[in-house]
Amino acid sequence: MTKSNTDETEYVLETKDLNIFYGDFMAVTNVNMKVQRNKITAIIGPSGCGKSTLLRAFNRMNELVPSSRIEGEIIFQGQNLYAPEVDPVEVRHRIGMVFQKPNPFPKSIYDNIAWGARIHGFKGDMDELVVYSLKQAALWDEVKDILDQSGLALSGGQQQRLCIARALAVQPEVILMDEPASALDPIATLKIEELMQDLKKNYTIVIVTHNMQQAARASDYTAMMMLDKEGVRTGTVIEFDETNVIFTRPKDKRTEDYVTGRFG
Amino acid sequence: MIRKTFENELQQVKDDVLVLGSMVEQAILDTVDALKKRDVKASETDREINKKRFEIENQLMILIATQQPMAHDLRLLASTMEIISELERMGDYAKGIANINIRMGDQPLLKPLIDVPRMAQKDVDMLHRALTAFVEEDVEAAKAIPVEDDEVDALYNQVYRELMTFVIADPKTMERANWLLWVAHNLERVADRVTNICERTIFIVTGEMSEIKNSDDEFWKQQKA
Repeated sequence: MTKSNTDETEYVLETKDLNIFYGDFMAVTNVNMKVQRNKITAIIGPSGCGKSTLLRAFNRMNELVPSSRIEGEIIFQGQNLYAPEVDPVEVRHRIGMVFQKPNPFPKSIYDNIAWGARIHGFKGDMDELVVYSLKQAALWDEVKDILDQSGLALSGGQQQRLCIARALAVQPEVILMDEPASALDPIATLKIEELMQDLKKNYTIVIVTHNMQQAARASDYTAMMMLDKEGVRTGTVIEFDETNVIFTRPKDKRTEDYVTGRFG
Repeated sequence: MIRKTFENELQQVKDDVLVLGSMVEQAILDTVDALKKRDVKASETDREINKKRFEIENQLMILIATQQPMAHDLRLLASTMEIISELERMGDYAKGIANINIRMGDQPLLKPLIDVPRMAQKDVDMLHRALTAFVEEDVEAAKAIPVEDDEVDALYNQVYRELMTFVIADPKTMERANWLLWVAHNLERVADRVTNICERTIFIVTGEMSEIKNSDDEFWKQQKA
């Protein structure tokens, strides 16, 4: 996959009539949304409505589940991510991911960052890359004297920022975050949210969160997902708008009920 | 699932706004009636109105802090904050009228009050229905009530012209005419603030924030004509 000349367009990712299946089960139905460059897009909705499935479709992470497949397209920088010639490893390099539970490698802080970059064929100054990535992830000041210590010795919030630094080290364009702060205390959560605001200057962020206050505080756009039909477990995006619209005057009654805490 | 506790608290806030509203309505009617009868007596009403307003404001802040209201709930609580402030200012107008009554001392009214009590009655009537529309979140009523502000403006113009004829005929009546003009002006402003309450009600329901009409513009247009 080559960098296309559409890099300057407003939208980084666009789904077109996207359906996502696990075997015969259609987990997500008919999603048409555009992810704007250098913005934070939140995906909210009740448990089991397909938020994480949709997020994982953005970097072909669902393919790690053998029975999964999609219909429709996801356009990234003008190219269909699911076209046969596209290498999923390259996709995951350019669209990085941070998970709910911090998952640093059982290696030194330094190697946590250097390892992925080395695998992706990084040939530059590794020390410089490690410093740069840790600074970008707002972790440098806390770990600069203990780079040889295990990443697992850090606190939960520090581990999560280490994972963000690791994702940044391969220089992605988009960072997907799946509940990145749900295992963290309020102070560590605030640090991640502040970090997201810094990161969006250089990256595009898509975040799945159960915490509506977090979506309201931290995102620019919000996609509201819900199970489409009664009794049929298939999720879809029912409303997508600027975050301030979703939380002050949503158009869909179901969004209104969800954000005001009147769950169906 | 509904948020029963929160729903009850929202209803309580609306009930409290109605209580504050009826205190203001009574204050307007009482002060104009006292003026009409030139019955000067001290009143605690304004202090009670202010106290009630702060009570509601405090309750609103607690709900915002503890319930994290969103969407309609947020619009309701934020708008209620605005509405109680409008009501408190109406209370100040009533107090202003009581103060004029005191300042007039033992001087008689320049003329018997006819249109001024009509203005007060119209204000109270509009206010009462505006608060009902707020509680019931009735957009149609909230849109219809501000139109009636024209009637209050017309009465004000009538009072204004009548008082001017007294002043022209005998400039020594200036001060007494001015007192009554001041009273009428306060009552004219009450109706404008009723319009503001109606605008908030429409916003609570629709999420659309817009000015229904600017009564001061209407007034000056009529003065020119």
